[in-house]
Amino acid sequence: MFKTALRNVLSHKGRLLMTMLAVVLGTAFVAGTLVFSDSVSTALKNSLSHNYDNVSVRVENSAAGEGRSAQDNNSDAKPLTDATLRQIRALPGTASAVGTVEGFAGISDANGNLVGGRGGTQGANFSPGADGTDTRYPMAQGSGPTTSTQIAVDQRTAQKNGFKVGDTLRVAVNGPVMQLTVSGIFTSDDPALSSGGSLVLFDTATAQRLYTAPGQYGWIDALAKPGTGQDALESQIGQVVPHSGNITLHTGASLTADAKQMVEDDSKNMKTALLFFAGVALFVGIFLISNTFTMLIAQRTRELALMRALGASRKQVRRSVLLEALLVGLTASLAGLGAGVGIGAALKAWAGSSGNLPGGGLTVTPSTVLITLLVGTVVTALAALFPALRASRVPPVAAMSSNDQPASQKSLVVRNSIGLVLAGLGVGVVLLGVSQGGSAGRMPVALGALLVMLGVFVLTPLLSRPIIAATGPLFRRLFGISGTLAKQNAIRNPRRTAATASALTIGVTLITALTVIGTSISTTITKQVTANMKADYAVSTQLGYPVSPQLLAQLKSAKGVTAVSAADSQYVTVNGTDLSLNGYDAGSFDQLVAPDLTQGTLDAFKQGQLLIDADHAKSLDATVGSTVKVAYPNGTSGTLTVGGVYPKSDLLGPALLSEQALRGHTLAPYYNVVLVKTDGGASSANEQALRDATGLNPLVKVQSQQQMVDQFNSLISMMLTILYALLGMAVLIAILGVVNTLAMSVFERKRELGMLRAVGLDRRGVKRMVRLESVVIAVFGAAMGVAIGTFLAWAANGLLKSSLSGLTTALPWGRLALFIALGATVGLLAALWPARRAARLDILGAIKTD
Amino acid sequence: MTTTALRTAAARASDLTKVYGSGDTRVTALDHVSVDFYRGEFTAIMGPSGSGKSTLMHCMAGLDDVSSGSARIGDIELNGLKDKALTKLRRDQIGFVFQAFNLLPTLTALENITLPMDIAGRKPDKAWLDRVIATVGLADRLSHRPSQLSGGQQQRVACARALASRPEIIFADEPTGNLDSRSGAEILGFLRSSVRELGQTIVMVTHDPVAASYADRVIFLADGRIVDELQAPSADGVLDRMRRFDAKGRTS
Repeated sequence: MFKTALRNVLSHKGRLLMTMLAVVLGTAFVAGTLVFSDSVSTALKNSLSHNYDNVSVRVENSAAGEGRSAQDNNSDAKPLTDATLRQIRALPGTASAVGTVEGFAGISDANGNLVGGRGGTQGANFSPGADGTDTRYPMAQGSGPTTSTQIAVDQRTAQKNGFKVGDTLRVAVNGPVMQLTVSGIFTSDDPALSSGGSLVLFDTATAQRLYTAPGQYGWIDALAKPGTGQDALESQIGQVVPHSGNITLHTGASLTADAKQMVEDDSKNMKTALLFFAGVALFVGIFLISNTFTMLIAQRTRELALMRALGASRKQVRRSVLLEALLVGLTASLAGLGAGVGIGAALKAWAGSSGNLPGGGLTVTPSTVLITLLVGTVVTALAALFPALRASRVPPVAAMSSNDQPASQKSLVVRNSIGLVLAGLGVGVVLLGVSQGGSAGRMPVALGALLVMLGVFVLTPLLSRPIIAATGPLFRRLFGISGTLAKQNAIRNPRRTAATASALTIGVTLITALTVIGTSISTTITKQVTANMKADYAVSTQLGYPVSPQLLAQLKSAKGVTAVSAADSQYVTVNGTDLSLNGYDAGSFDQLVAPDLTQGTLDAFKQGQLLIDADHAKSLDATVGSTVKVAYPNGTSGTLTVGGVYPKSDLLGPALLSEQALRGHTLAPYYNVVLVKTDGGASSANEQALRDATGLNPLVKVQSQQQMVDQFNSLISMMLTILYALLGMAVLIAILGVVNTLAMSVFERKRELGMLRAVGLDRRGVKRMVRLESVVIAVFGAAMGVAIGTFLAWAANGLLKSSLSGLTTALPWGRLALFIALGATVGLLAALWPARRAARLDILGAIKTD
Repeated sequence: MTTTALRTAAARASDLTKVYGSGDTRVTALDHVSVDFYRGEFTAIMGPSGSGKSTLMHCMAGLDDVSSGSARIGDIELNGLKDKALTKLRRDQIGFVFQAFNLLPTLTALENITLPMDIAGRKPDKAWLDRVIATVGLADRLSHRPSQLSGGQQQRVACARALASRPEIIFADEPTGNLDSRSGAEILGFLRSSVRELGQTIVMVTHDPVAASYADRVIFLADGRIVDELQAPSADGVLDRMRRFDAKGRTS
């Protein structure tokens, strides 16, 4: 049997080519993903292993610097002081110890824009040893900062922006901009810098003043004397430094391990995401493979029957077909593995060329090889399972029948019933999930979506007939007999048409769903921003730090400003419910914010009454005029009258109160954004005036309404572009599927084509017929995808509503039409080669074929 | 014969030669064949396998190109025509009946009958179409698909398809080869009556002496040459001639 299987594979090389290609593409995607992510993670880990060469033990204060939260300020967190540093230095096992303070530091360009925002912008302390140098930061030019007016900047940033020793830089940490003189330019192999970030160094006292407190450090790194192990030093330090709560001790080895683990986790996440798309591509491949084997077996019915007549058992026939599939799968997987390693190498080279990645070789693990080969082979064999069963059911007597028409199609009744049940159940479960909403509905919607897809796939043959037949009159009118024949050919074998179209449906469904969700979100956000905001600019800070009161004062004095109010974000308790409340200046409120009040008036707000969103009004059982008890952040409490209710909005937050009414009830203001109205509206002059007023502070983010919307929309469209690219492989395989089906159909219909040519259909007519059939199938597949995708997106939006209030499904008609048009193009492209073949067919050979 | 002068040729082969392959594998399928197929006549071409009878038909019908000589349909010289012109010629001037029926399974009987006209984008002549359909006796089967028809019925559809566009000439390639003798007789009787009553010109390739006996004239081919001709043949007469060629072939 092995010989027959091998012979079959060899003799059907041409017809198995597309199948092989599909498996090659799918497995190449898998292998490429694995090789790329393994290589990246290995390279990152290698580069990490030297990061902690000079750290034997790190003593860390989690309450200092970046990790600091509001609670830490109030609690009795223990600091790491100069005294601690001296104690550690004095230990017998310590060779050296250095204290570090680190935090955000932005450098401004000439217009006040932040430099190098991509990879994080950091500031740290320059901590010179006895010789005046800091081994961590070797100076390429100049020297380290020694006074509060000096600063050192990393070489990459300096080169990119033309900073030189002696230049004055505008730098901001969290507050007003500081003008500092560049004392030196240093080199560093910090990966954050190579990926586009910036690092500046202050003298230690300045850094402490900016980030922690005078004499305090974020962490202290100690290097052990030769002969003292990391663990030994750790226990020595443990005896002098109390390490509980916010103070923690780590050995260099454990830091390295942690960092490696983090890289590992990151790469695992990336791997999982990519493998999902590889899985989709392979799933699409299953349709193609299954279709190919079904067609091959239909063509070989007589041959198989002959084998049965000569005494081959069903089992042998089945095995022979499966063996054939295994051979095909294995061969293609091997090719896929090779291609995948190539893809991985290319991706790595590409990622490396943009400078974000440390170098290093390719990592091809044995598990990559094994997984790729196994996946490709198993997928192919699985896809061939049903065709193999069908092959084993060919009766021996079929060898004798001279009838070359394929046996009449089995009834689709059972199939349709199963499909209807699945699809119906799926829709039901999705609707149930949507009605539950939020995270509770997530499982039902996911499950329902899967059922709907499966149900529709099972039902596709049933759907194909009426839907495609409906296009008949149009086709007849537009394309004459070629159109009619194409339509008839497309519905003559509904199973085959369905399998071919479904492959395309999968990709288009996902693409449509993502597009509709993306569009809905950005439409909703745009609507909220433009409907509720009357201010021309929203001013906030990088990294979401609160806007400092000095900054607010600077903005108020900016040229052309007509109204300013900060949004003071405070947590209050209303009738026992915690909610966040935004305080706005009563005087300028109606010029800056326009809540769409369903009850009450803005005058009530000016008089110090509370505005609340509809959801909270409902849960608090409050309407206009009702009184609520409020507990304020500083411990005071009182009552407020509800003066108005507005629809839930993420931009406005759950509750609004005038700043005047809030005064005296807060510990400190927390301005998360400042709204500004300018004379003449948003313009580049007004924007520059605002930046100028802050002293070109790089910390400040000035965004007009349009910029806010644009920034968000570009984020969404970037995400969509990436997802489109990832789903491209699935669509590509679906195209191969259409090519394959058409090529096989042309082969099967040789005789018909010969007859058509004999009775006078010219080559153009034949080509047109094949092309139209292809377009019909592809458009059918795409249209189903658009329909299912839209439904699933609607369901997903129902779930997302809980996190984005006011989210409604917006249909991007243009895009959806484009997807259908793309389907038609796919059809045309896929038909290029089969149509040519059909037109080139030798008429005599075609008629004589027996 | 005095009538010969009055008969006009619907198709004519002069010095027609067809050679396949080259060098050692060179095969001469037709060797300087000259023959006229007269208008309104039912001609049968007979000969043993490999005699070149099918090749002659394919060349005359514009399905295969000729190596030298001339093949004409009416006034049109086929030799040298491009594919496009040949296709148009087949569509408008020639009808086909094949051994394997060759109907499109996706079309109904009626749609199959009107296919050549649909391809040409012409409206069928309704009166003629009705007459053809009535002659083949398919009026109640027009909406059936080929798979719902018997072999004889399918071949009748094929005949109707060939007749419906009123071609200059119909070529029938072993039209009864796949049929039982009763259905075969029906088809042959039908072909003959379409010549007698509708004035159609038909050229039929066959190796069945009984089928040939329905024709007005039989041409015998052997080794790519016309070796004999018989007017108003009977089955026995044809069989007799065939035996002679066979015997000659064996002794030579």
